[in-house]
Amino acid sequence: MRLSADGLIFWQHGILKLNGTIVFSWAIMLVLVLGSLLVTRRLSTSLQPARWQSLLEIVVTTIERQIEDVGLRNPRKYLPFLGTLFLFVATASLFTVIPGYEPPTGSLSTTAALALCVFVAVPLFGIEDRGFGGYVKSYLEPTVIMLPFNIISELSRTLALAVRLFGNMMSGAMIISILLTITPFIFPVVMTLLGLLTGMVQAYIFTILAAVYIAAATSSRKAKKPPNGAATPSPVPAT
Amino acid sequence: MLIDWFTVCAQVINFLILVWLMKRSLYKPILSAIETREKKIATEIAAADAKKVDAQREHDEFQHKNEEFDKKRAALMTKAHGDAKAERERLLGEARTAADELTAKRKESLRAESIKINEALSSRARQEVFAVTRKALADLATTSLEERMGEVFTRRLLELDAKAKEAIGEALKTAGSPTVIRSAFDLPDQERTAIQNAVNETFSTSVDLRFEASPALISGIELSVNGQKVSWSIDDYLTSLEKDVDELLTAKKSPEPAKIAKPTKTAKLTKAAKNAKTAKAASK
Repeated sequence: MRLSADGLIFWQHGILKLNGTIVFSWAIMLVLVLGSLLVTRRLSTSLQPARWQSLLEIVVTTIERQIEDVGLRNPRKYLPFLGTLFLFVATASLFTVIPGYEPPTGSLSTTAALALCVFVAVPLFGIEDRGFGGYVKSYLEPTVIMLPFNIISELSRTLALAVRLFGNMMSGAMIISILLTITPFIFPVVMTLLGLLTGMVQAYIFTILAAVYIAAATSSRKAKKPPNGAATPSPVPAT
Repeated sequence: MLIDWFTVCAQVINFLILVWLMKRSLYKPILSAIETREKKIATEIAAADAKKVDAQREHDEFQHKNEEFDKKRAALMTKAHGDAKAERERLLGEARTAADELTAKRKESLRAESIKINEALSSRARQEVFAVTRKALADLATTSLEERMGEVFTRRLLELDAKAKEAIGEALKTAGSPTVIRSAFDLPDQERTAIQNAVNETFSTSVDLRFEASPALISGIELSVNGQKVSWSIDDYLTSLEKDVDELLTAKKSPEPAKIAKPTKTAKLTKAAKNAKTAKAASK
């Protein structure tokens, strides 16, 4: 039994291979990019934009607001990275309604890749914002003794990001496939719906956690107070 | 093995490409459109605000003008009311003056008419009274009365004062023609002789007398020579009375007749009554 789309190999030459994860990821990328191009081809600046433009504007502005709520002062700077993270994970979950589709986020390779991106992006944004010295110094806070713990924390949270998303998505797909063999009618539909919800929640959690990590790495964390306490950086959810 | 490192690398690259593509195809244009729209909205709001300010200013200006207009109108109305009142007063005054003038004219006219009627009435009454009196006295006059009148005339001659006697005497002496004695009826010879004697005695000279009958005297005797006259006749009394009444009426016509004429009227009437009494006594 395949745990993820990694096992679905379409083409292989040496270490190079074209598995289901990559193919489905391309499909998602294609849909996202083409959809965006189609909608933004004729953007209206009037007071009544088109429906699809309105939808994308709502999505973009909501993500922007969420990033701002986390505590990042200049949300537009982080929007492409965090927004794409959310849209990719969300779309990957959303497409589970298509028969034969296997979410690339159900592969630990994909989630590890995304977590690695976050793992690299956090220090990059931190160094850009506070300078190399300032960022490295943050590992020595509150005392030098905390340095190994801070490094372990960085690594573990990256691992946690990858595993959390993988576990959730994989388990969802797994449950549905198992249920299809046991009760092929109705119940898998309910589980698919639940999977959609879980996928959305996971996309949200993944993005917010990435934003929190970036906010922690930048100086804005000190100056910024969480607005209304709604988006207070919370401990990592144990989902 | 759950992790395929080639897939991981590929997915990292895929993700980075996706980020780049999404940044170009989605976030930039969408955010740009939102910014443009926001600017547009801001511009429109600013324009609306400016228009609102303009409208408020115009509203204030209009209100101010309205207030000014109201004030002016009130002032004009007050002035018009005042003018109308003054004009009304003036017209009323003129009308009152005209009415007063008309009333005065009417009163004057009525007074004049009344005076005219009074004059006509009094004139007519006087004429009637004198005509009746004249007729009555003429009817009453008889020869015996003439005789009595001769006696009275004789006594009067004798009682003449010195100045009158002298004047008449002079006139008798200078007169070329005989002195005429007029009476209403022909005097009897006895009376003629008595009168002749009285004249002669009075003027101490022989006077040539000629006796004539003159009914105009009504009743009485008259001696006239060279403008000098001694007479006693009812006609004299009547003429004197008529003269007095004429004077009385003339005095009434004067501008302030009532205050001045009243005592005069009484005096004249007293005089007229006196004359009448004398005439009455003489006729007896």
